[in-house]
Amino acid sequence: MNVVTLSQLQFAATGMFHWIFVPLTLGLSIMTAWMETKYVTTGDETWLRMTKFWGKLFLINFALGVVTGITMEFQFGLNWSEYSRYVGDIFGAPLAIEATLAFFLESVFIGVWIFGWNKISKKAHLASIWLASVATNVSALIILLANAWMQKPVGYVIRNNRAEMNDFLAVLTNDYGWIKFIHTLLSGYALAAFLIMGVSAWHLLRKNENEFFVRSFKMAAVWAFVATIGVAVTGDMHAVEIAEHQPTKFAAMESQWETKRGVGMSLLLIPDVARECNSVDQLCIPNMLSILAFHDATGEIKGLKSFPPELRPPVLPTFLSFRLMTGLGMFMLVASLAAIILSRRQKFSEYRAFLTLMVCAIPAPYLAEQLGWLVAELGRQPWIVYGMLKTSDAVSKSITSTQVILSLLGFTVLYGLLGAIDIFLLVKYAKKGPDKDVSSIINVQGRG
Amino acid sequence: MDISVFQIIWFVLWGVLWAVYFMLDGFVLGTGFLSGILAKNDTEKRILINSVGPVWDGNEVWLITAGGATFAAFPTTYALMFSNLYSALVLLLFALIVRGVSFEFRGKLESDTWKKSWDMAIMVSSFLPALLFGVAFGNIFKGIPMKNDFAAYSYSYDGTLIGLLNPYGLLTGVLFVLLFAVHGSLYAAIKTTGDLSKRGSDLANKLWLPLLVVAVAFLGYTYPATKLYNNYLNAPVLLIVPLIAVISLLLVKLYTVKESFHMAFLFSCLTIVFVVFTGVTGLFPNLIPSNIDPASNLTIFNSSSSLLTLQIMTVVAAICVPTVICYKIWVYRVFRARVTDADIVGNPEAY
Repeated sequence: MNVVTLSQLQFAATGMFHWIFVPLTLGLSIMTAWMETKYVTTGDETWLRMTKFWGKLFLINFALGVVTGITMEFQFGLNWSEYSRYVGDIFGAPLAIEATLAFFLESVFIGVWIFGWNKISKKAHLASIWLASVATNVSALIILLANAWMQKPVGYVIRNNRAEMNDFLAVLTNDYGWIKFIHTLLSGYALAAFLIMGVSAWHLLRKNENEFFVRSFKMAAVWAFVATIGVAVTGDMHAVEIAEHQPTKFAAMESQWETKRGVGMSLLLIPDVARECNSVDQLCIPNMLSILAFHDATGEIKGLKSFPPELRPPVLPTFLSFRLMTGLGMFMLVASLAAIILSRRQKFSEYRAFLTLMVCAIPAPYLAEQLGWLVAELGRQPWIVYGMLKTSDAVSKSITSTQVILSLLGFTVLYGLLGAIDIFLLVKYAKKGPDKDVSSIINVQGRG
Repeated sequence: MDISVFQIIWFVLWGVLWAVYFMLDGFVLGTGFLSGILAKNDTEKRILINSVGPVWDGNEVWLITAGGATFAAFPTTYALMFSNLYSALVLLLFALIVRGVSFEFRGKLESDTWKKSWDMAIMVSSFLPALLFGVAFGNIFKGIPMKNDFAAYSYSYDGTLIGLLNPYGLLTGVLFVLLFAVHGSLYAAIKTTGDLSKRGSDLANKLWLPLLVVAVAFLGYTYPATKLYNNYLNAPVLLIVPLIAVISLLLVKLYTVKESFHMAFLFSCLTIVFVVFTGVTGLFPNLIPSNIDPASNLTIFNSSSSLLTLQIMTVVAAICVPTVICYKIWVYRVFRARVTDADIVGNPEAY
């Protein structure tokens, strides 16, 4: 394999690994802050115990998200130095801003939150978790604006053999980035809510801490449902953007080969890439695809055949990832609606089949997250910056395939090990359940 | 204002970010790789880890910011520095990753093997960055074998990982290790109590002389090995920078002997900052020189971003950096007390 493929593999592997931990951080930080707010305003000890229990899982997960994030920042220079040189005038700014604005705030106040229970006032402690979680959310916004620039470059001019910024505001207000941000952020909230529901269901099945876990479940069910609806709505808005600005990605997502008006959407579709058509094409909803793409029943969709093969993304993985992600999203919508309704009933903790289903549903949003990024990044190929710079032209010139093979091996072993340990610890502490005694905190902070 | 004004502003900021990073992570790395010597049992190990617990992550962000600032202000330097030094930086990355999770994971399981493994991980993953940063900066001071044609946008590099381990690079590596060792020992002295604190101050006392010897050797060897002294010969007033570094280092010893360890730690901070400034002042206007072709030097003029980007980033830095410094000072004040047994036992959140 050549340096480009190896570097792509390494970026994908490290990026997807990073993304196992980040969505939970985004969601669980805010939800933990919410629980602590409830505790501080009501003085109800159960909210404090919830804060401590879910906060602990948040922290175990947070550690790995942070350390694997450094890899992402370094890799632009390590493996993609031609890219970094070519677009650094625009792309470097959000990365630096992310660090000074968000990372400092996040890391400093996480430290205050972990170690500050007995050192600062209740309100100051509450403020520290809010600052940290808002900072994680802001960092997601900034990095997604940077990613959006790779998908839909704006506010630049090609000068001095590179892309130079000429409109910072355009980069900051790139609608592609904002829609993607809300889509991604809410997907993280949904993921965290499903984790809370799943872990709560596991304990309810064992009749452990009924009140604690019913309350957690009820809260998470509402978060999950609202967030999933938001994910669907922004997903629809995002598809419109993609259809307009990245026609090859859109065509690959839908496996649309011919350019036509008023295209329908087939529920059963199997692409045949070699013959440039779909070998199975059944259960078509007329005009649906045109409606989804342009909110216009007669909109023209550009098919893959309108583009030379070397400018098409890998169709099969993009298509399958998109379909599967959408399917998982629909499942989550139904499951969270059911969760809201059922958790309000008296006999909720006796619905064993449903509770078991919710335990098994924990991986669903995780899978959807990974698939979403596959669609976003695979669908952009062969471009690293859509329509501007090819991935194959962006790789570092001074590195050899041996170097990248070794680093890829290193990352695989190291990440594999750390990932296994982290998941082991998450499961251990999730199963252990909440601490009974929180008097040490209440005694110092005072009641009410 | 002319673009060169902003290029100089960002050069200064670049030096400051690195200096502050080494000052802050220096004591975390130092207490980390010395933890096997300083702490004699599990409780002492936990005290040591918890003494850096609330701040280590925030300290590491200075590194991420230094990297981000290099990317935003000098993208060509960022691109070539990271890709040319690929293998060394990947190793560094592995070490920083392991160090970060070690703090979080160590206390999460009650098992001797588990804790001993993470203790070892903390020592190795703290030592490696200290050494590698030194080696990397030694090579940056010296220049790396790259040939760049800025007009034709063609860049090449002819070095290897082993090539970085040249005598001057290694000497700078040892210098960094000793700087951080004294720094970390003093941190342990002022942040813990009893035997642990005593061991910290004793170790700082013992390591000071080797540090002085290596520092003198470094200053001497820098003359034949690098071009850093050119700027000082052209403008002797700049010699105040290395002078402050040397005086600070002497004051570290003075205050250690007087058992005024907070002062000693303060001057250890100054020593590290001014050692970095000494190197950076000598580099100007280069960010990374080439040791085979002066025309290939990466300078602040040939590798910077456009005027607009530099202006925007200056505004961002002017707002964010002072804010960060303010709340970081607040945090250091909140956690100013020494860490004791009681803190560890009483706090289930402690590492």
